[in-house]
Parts: sequence; structure tokens; C-alpha cells
Amino acid sequence: MADRAEQQITLPAKPPFWNDPKTRAIAFQVIALVLTVGFGLYIFDNTQTNLRRLGIASGFDFLGSPSGFDIIQTLIPYSASSSYGQVFWVALLNTLLVALLGVILATLLGFVIGVARLSKNWLIAKLALLYIEIFRNIPLLLQIFFWYFAVLRAMPAPRQSLSLGDAIFLNIRGLYLPAPEFKTGFGWVLAALAVALGLIFAIARWARRRQMATGQPFPMLATALALLLGLPLLAFVLAGAPLHWQLPELRGFNFQGGWVVIPEMASLLLALTVYTAAFIAEIVRAGIQAVSHGQTEASFSLGLNTGLTLRLIILPQALRVIIPPLTNQYLNLTKNSSLAAAIGYPDLVATFAGTTLNQTGQAIECIAITMAVYLSISLLISLLMNIYNRRMALVER
Amino acid sequence: MNRRNTLAFSLTATLLLAAGTAQAGNTLNAVKERGYVKCGVSDGLPGFSYADAKGNYSGIDADVCRAIAAAVFGDATKLKFTPLTAKERLTALQSGEIDVLSRNTTWTSSRDSAQGLNFTGVTYYDGQGFLVNKKLGVKGAKELDGATVCVQAGTTTELNLSDYFRANKMKFTPISYDKSDESAKSLEAGRCDVLTSDQSQLYAQRIKLAKPDDYVVLPEVISKEPLGPVVRHGDDEWFDIVRWTLFAMVNAEEMGITSKNVDEMKKSTNPDIKRMLGVEGDKGKDFGLANDWMAVVIKQVGNYGEVFERTVGKGSDLKIARGQNALWTQGGLQYAPPVR
Repeated sequence: MADRAEQQITLPAKPPFWNDPKTRAIAFQVIALVLTVGFGLYIFDNTQTNLRRLGIASGFDFLGSPSGFDIIQTLIPYSASSSYGQVFWVALLNTLLVALLGVILATLLGFVIGVARLSKNWLIAKLALLYIEIFRNIPLLLQIFFWYFAVLRAMPAPRQSLSLGDAIFLNIRGLYLPAPEFKTGFGWVLAALAVALGLIFAIARWARRRQMATGQPFPMLATALALLLGLPLLAFVLAGAPLHWQLPELRGFNFQGGWVVIPEMASLLLALTVYTAAFIAEIVRAGIQAVSHGQTEASFSLGLNTGLTLRLIILPQALRVIIPPLTNQYLNLTKNSSLAAAIGYPDLVATFAGTTLNQTGQAIECIAITMAVYLSISLLISLLMNIYNRRMALVER
Repeated sequence: MNRRNTLAFSLTATLLLAAGTAQAGNTLNAVKERGYVKCGVSDGLPGFSYADAKGNYSGIDADVCRAIAAAVFGDATKLKFTPLTAKERLTALQSGEIDVLSRNTTWTSSRDSAQGLNFTGVTYYDGQGFLVNKKLGVKGAKELDGATVCVQAGTTTELNLSDYFRANKMKFTPISYDKSDESAKSLEAGRCDVLTSDQSQLYAQRIKLAKPDDYVVLPEVISKEPLGPVVRHGDDEWFDIVRWTLFAMVNAEEMGITSKNVDEMKKSTNPDIKRMLGVEGDKGKDFGLANDWMAVVIKQVGNYGEVFERTVGKGSDLKIARGQNALWTQGGLQYAPPVR
């Protein structure tokens, strides 16, 4: 019997708490948290102490004081007596302007080149290939310099401007366009435009339902165009043409009046567009090739032509592959726009993280704000693209 | 990312992380331990700080750096130049990347106060002017209404420009570049009608243009621009050394001590000269340096007049007259307190 008792399985003694995996896991997390928070506090306190010791002003009060300098391109009213806070908004809008236009143009150009790359026409396909290989393999900064210092510097002086019908002028100072001046009654045109958009939306819904139900197609594109142009034009004529064009005019040193696209902006936008479009083209090509060829054959056998096949069968499926990497390109383009500083385009980095930082000496605040802004813009782009992606993604049934 | 931006971010990071590396009073110790002075200069301004093809710096600002190195180490070559754009310069000094900034930088109240810096003196009394192409036929700055103006970003020049046009109720279009070279190129290409900067810089920029004779500096001087060496706020010992290096050079000119005759001057019977050259008393030691450091500075770099003529004056391409930068005894503004 005694033997038996000895043979009884003794439960292993409870391990000491430092060997308990659960306790360990919690302990490590606590240590990591303490270290992270501690490091953050240390950095913060260290910065504060150093700034105080060096007698450098800190805080965000400077945003309210007058800037004292002028900026070449401002989308909102601004003068040298405006505050640094307004400098921030001017600079942010300049960054957003070039980023937004860049995204739109690069997407259009990229899709065209990407599709051209797959063209059955040898010449078109090779030209597209050549474009992609050249522009995605040259550093962006060099491309910006190329457009700014080589191409746009070759434009004539203001007095020898190239002109188009005495309304549009091109010279080394920029592209001068007539600016619209809206008179009373232009509201009717805008109202007509809104009505047209509403009608298009409603008709599109109806046409879609009808096609689903009966299979009868509806000439949507032509109808939409007719409404979009026709209604506002009708309102424009009825309201007595309430629009006046202010023409640019050579007065003194420069053209005055009208709108101007400055060469700093033009070269930055060109470089960003051309560079990013090369990457987008490759993404589009990859997306299209990811759709199996059987889909095309099936579509042809159903009697759809090439254009319809591309629009209805290939692209909707390709978009699922295209959107995620496309988001990356949008983010890159936005962040790359900070290279503006190299050619004097007044973007956020040049004007706020540069000039404002230098005039106030508040490096930490200016850089922190700038970083936070780029982070927010990027996260916002990601968010929008993710929403779009979810809508386009394959619906599992 | 652009090199400039990278630098700006790294400088900010240094500000964040600088764990009291530059505590009060120890810049001198740090410099001595390191074995050389880190001196911030411009990114290329003839006469002030300009690197030739071999990387040798010349100019009045560069020579002030040399004088400081001579004062600390008794050897004017123990220094490292850091070329900085107008936008980078102050952050570089604040963050401790450099020990002293000698880079045609204007002494202003906000830089002395809110920006945590201290100007030690005036190397060059300057004022802002305008450089235009003769073809425009402009005779004075008041005729510049509506002009496009090239200017360096982040400078006092940028602020004076806005003030001047506002005060005279004139309009203008500014283009702010980071580098002075870009401004000059833009003026040549016709992107802007006018280049504005400190007058000395305009002369220096002009000789770098392809056809200097096509351009003219307008007569108006629209601001006071006292340019001088800058140090960080809160290190009085280092401040005194940098300040008195320049004073020593000015005093030497006043007393007639030059790099050539400094050894003979040590035998002089004049007590002022004897005190300054460290022959009598221990005025040099009070700075925490060798007793004869002022003599070494003058021997290796020269007095203020010698440096001026060699870099921006008659002996240089710029041929700028002494004007306001003459000694006070000759109707100028250069004046140094006595060594006593």
C-alpha cells in the first residue's frame, strides 16, 4: 500500500510568480508602458528646460502676431499686416491646391498611359513604356528643377509675351488668364447648374432601374452633357449674360488683372503630375492584367465591344487591385509637394516651416504643426480611399 | 526629401534631444575638448564667406571665425566651417550645431530676446538696397511700383521689403528663395525685376552675374542692417570671448598694430598696447585664455582694417569703401571699448 501512495501523481508545485507566463506578460507590458511614458515625459521636460535656459520663447502666442512679410500666391486675402496664423492658412491652402490638382491630373494621365501601355498598337505601347521608364527613374527634385530652371525659364519677357487673342498671355512671370467677374444675376446660372445636376442624378437612377428591369439601355452620357451645358447656358442668356471677363493687361513692370499661374506652381505641378503618373500607369497596367483573360473572352462572346468590355467588365474588377496602391501614390504626391521649397513656391514647408520658423525662431512649434498637418492630410486621404475601396471591393455572397 | 528640410527636421530633433549639452558656461570647455571651433557661415557670399573650388573659405565673416579659433587655440586653422542658408542659420545655432554664427546676420531685438541669441558686436554696418537691370531705366526705388522682387526667405530683408512698399503705398510681387544664388539666377533670367538684399551682398551678387555691368544698385538705402557674430543666450564666458575677439581687432587698428608689426609692438612703451598684447598685466587670462591671445589673433588674422581691405575693400573684387565701417576716429562707426 505504501508503494501505491508513493506512486500517486503529485501535482507540480505552483511555479514562482516570476515564472508565471500570465504575470510575466502583464509585467512586460507595464514596463513597456512606463518606459514609453517616461521617455515622453523626459523629452518634454528636457525640451522645456532647455528652451527656458536658452531664453527661447515657446508656446503658440506667435500665431497671433503680425507676420510682416508678403507671399506671392495667396488664395485667401492676406497682407504683410496679417498674422502668422493667416500665414499658416495661406500656406496650407497652397499645399492643398497643388496636391489636389496633382492627384487629379496624375490620375487622368496615369490611367491613359497605363491603358496605352497595354495597347495592341506597337508604337503606342512602346511610347507609353518609354514614358514610364524615363519619368519614374529620374529623381523628382531634378524633374522640378528641369521644369523650373530649364523649361519655364525659356519663356519670353513680359513685353514679348506669347499671346492668344489678347486674352491669354504666357511669359517668364507666368500664364495670365482672364478672370471671371460675376455680376448680379449669376446666381440664376448657378441655380440652373444645381437643377441640372439634380436632374442628371434622378434620370441616371431611373435609367439604371429600367435597364435592370428591361435591359433597355439609355443614352445617359449625351443626356447628361446636354443638361449640364444646356440649362446653365439658357439661364445665362435669360439673365442677360451676367458675366464679365477681366483681361490681363501689361501695365508698368508686369501684367495686372486676371488670373496668373506662377511658374513656381506650374513647374511643381508638372513635375508632380508627370512623375506620379508614371507610377500610376504601372499600377493601372498591373490591375488590368490581374483580371484573367477569360473575362475578356467571355465578354466578347456575349457580344460586347472592346470599349464596353473595358468599361463594364475589366475596369470594375481591376479597380479592386488598383485602389490600395493608388492610395499610396496619392499620399506620396501630397508629401512630395513639400519639395516646393526648392523653387520658391509658397507651400507649407517653405512658408510656414521655413520663413515663419525663421522669423519667429520657434522651431519646435512650427515643425510640430507642420508634421501634424501632413499627418492629418495623409490620414484623411487614406480614410477617403478606404471608404472608396470598401465600396468597390468584391462583395462576397 | 529635400536636404534643407532634412536639416530643419534634424535640427529640431537636436533641440528636442539636446540633453543639456550646451549648459551655461561650458561652450568654451566643449570647444577645447573637441579641439576646434564650429563656425556657421553663409552658403556662398563673396567678400563675407565664400568657399573656392578647393573648399578654402575667404571673407570678412570667415576671418572672424579664424580670429575666434586663434583666440581659443592660438591657431587660426582649428575650426570647421558650416555653410548655412538664411533659413537654417538661427536654428543651427540654437540647437548647438555650431558654436558661433558669423554669417552676415542682422542684429535685431527679437533675435536678441525671443530667439534666445546674443549678438556680440558689429562686423559690418550695412543697409538694404535694390539691384536692377539697367534696361528697365529705373533711377530710384520709388519707381518700383508693381515690380516683381526676388528676396531671400527668412531674412530681415524680406520684412523691410514689405515695410518699405507698404509705407510708400506701392505694390509688388515677392518671390522668396532659400538661396541667394537662386535669387541672382532669377534676376538674370528676368523672373524678377529687382533683387533686394543688404547693399554689400548686392555688390557681391553683382560680380557673380554673367554681365555685371548691365545691372545697377539703386541709391536708396531703406534700412539699418548691423551684421555681426551671434552666440547662444546664457553663456557669458563664450559671449565675452567672441565679443572681445572683434574688439581686439578694432582696437588693434586704432593703435596701429598690424599682423606684420605685432611682434615689434610688444616692445612698445605704450601701456595700452602692452596690456592688450599681454606683455603687461593678465588681462588675457581673465577670459580663461592664454594671456597674449589678442596678439595671436592679430598676428594670425590681422586687425579689423587689414581684414576689411583684404576681403571687401580695396584689396578685393568688391572694392567697397570703408564708409560707416571706418574707425570712429575717422568718422565711421567702428568703436571698441578699452582693454583695461
